[in-house]
Amino acid sequence: MTNRTFVLACLTPLFIFSLLFLALPLGRLFLASGEGDAGWAVYLDIVRKPRYLNTLVLTVLVSAATTIAALAVSTTAGMFLVRNQFRGRGTVLSVLTLPLAFPGVVIGFLIILLGGRQGLVNQLTPGHVVFAYSAIGLFLGYLYFSIPRVLLTVMAAAEKLDPSLEEAARTMGASPYRVVMDVIIPGLMPSLIASGAIAFATAMGAFGTAFTLATNIDVIPMVIYTEFTLSANIAMAAALSIALGIVTWILLLIARSLSGSTVAGGG
Amino acid sequence: MLRSKTKMLQLAVTLLACAFLFVPIVMSVLAGLTANYFQGVSSGLTLKWVFEVWELYANSIFLSMGIAFACLICTVIIGVPAAYGLARHPGWMSRMLEEFISLPLAIPGLALALALLQLYGSMQGFRASWTFILVGHVLYTLPFMVRSILAVLASMDLKTLEEGAASLGASPWQRFRDIVVPNAMPGILAGALTVVTLSIGEFNLTWMLHTPYLKTLPVGLADSYASMRLEIASAYTLVFFILIVPLLMAMQWASARAQRIAK
Repeated sequence: MTNRTFVLACLTPLFIFSLLFLALPLGRLFLASGEGDAGWAVYLDIVRKPRYLNTLVLTVLVSAATTIAALAVSTTAGMFLVRNQFRGRGTVLSVLTLPLAFPGVVIGFLIILLGGRQGLVNQLTPGHVVFAYSAIGLFLGYLYFSIPRVLLTVMAAAEKLDPSLEEAARTMGASPYRVVMDVIIPGLMPSLIASGAIAFATAMGAFGTAFTLATNIDVIPMVIYTEFTLSANIAMAAALSIALGIVTWILLLIARSLSGSTVAGGG
Repeated sequence: MLRSKTKMLQLAVTLLACAFLFVPIVMSVLAGLTANYFQGVSSGLTLKWVFEVWELYANSIFLSMGIAFACLICTVIIGVPAAYGLARHPGWMSRMLEEFISLPLAIPGLALALALLQLYGSMQGFRASWTFILVGHVLYTLPFMVRSILAVLASMDLKTLEEGAASLGASPWQRFRDIVVPNAMPGILAGALTVVTLSIGEFNLTWMLHTPYLKTLPVGLADSYASMRLEIASAYTLVFFILIVPLLMAMQWASARAQRIAK
């Protein structure tokens, strides 16, 4: 067997598997999206029909809020952990990255323990404070799985940042605010965009968390699920899946071109 | 003064984030071990709920372990040679193929599951068997395995090593077995731990692919959250944590090691 044929033989199982279980199913899904009553106009319906448009707007809003909050929290914590050595630093870091492999359903349950009817906040506060099943609960759930992902990307970039630049800015009289705005954030910018794109894409596609929490609110993954199982509107479910898949794919492509690697995983 | 104030603020945010992530985990562990959650921990600690979870969901737990193991074998069989092929045959075609098999990282699991159901849903024998769930898990974890190995292989001079061995008369298969696989080991190990961890926790695909007779651990979790009392749901979550946290830590250790070697 020559070298070249051996290398090609090595790639064959991968090729067959991804053809059978990735390329063909995705092709079928795309065709299925055009087989409904509306034909290919089903993609227009996503932005034309209020039910889908409202869902789209809500999903984008919650995902954007999650991204901004996760960037703020993780950049602050990440810079702190990179620049300071203290006892317990390893523990703090482990706690902050622990949820990386938690499935979305578990995170949904943890939010219920915080903000559900029997939750911590409702027990501690005098009034009736239940937020787990609202958009706030969803936001907190998404934030929960976004913090570790953003933190790891930002910390990797922060370690390469030169502390002497900040020192120089400070000796020249820059306020801490100006140091953050003019030195730290520009230095971290590629990784901030990359991790922001990851957080946004994961939040857009998060099904598990929404499945546990979003009993009353429609976000895109939940609508795909109900269109498919309850309404048997397969064309719409397929069209929404394709549209969502393209958006998240482009976002992660941007993330990868900026930071080299992505910490992905479903929410 | 100002500087220490900013530092305090940073510390506060960091600790607040820790509390946000950790407090619900502690609550869930406690709730799973408390006799009656409504009365609080004062009602006594018990393992009753954990045993009840075992009776109710042992099958799901074993199914998940079985699928994770089968998934590991599949990703090794497909992924190790594939990573070698991609490393030895760089170019736009390999890059396209790598990009293509990485699609499951970007496309939500729900969409992938719908695609699989559209094409294979009518093949009853396949649809109703555990291998249908396995296909979904391999699809989702394979890119992690391939990339993990590829990162290690890309860092070494594979070509020179292989040419040396070839000049001594080693066949392609011997070179693969005796040079490539041993050198790729850190990447394979990191990939393997990632595959098992992700497979055990996979929900988004599995929820669509499972049948009432085949419930994996996370599917059982969703089930218990919806229909069981809080103590049982918590105890089940505790069992899941006990399973996943050591795996996660091993995975992070192995990935960091593979990354160091790749540099």
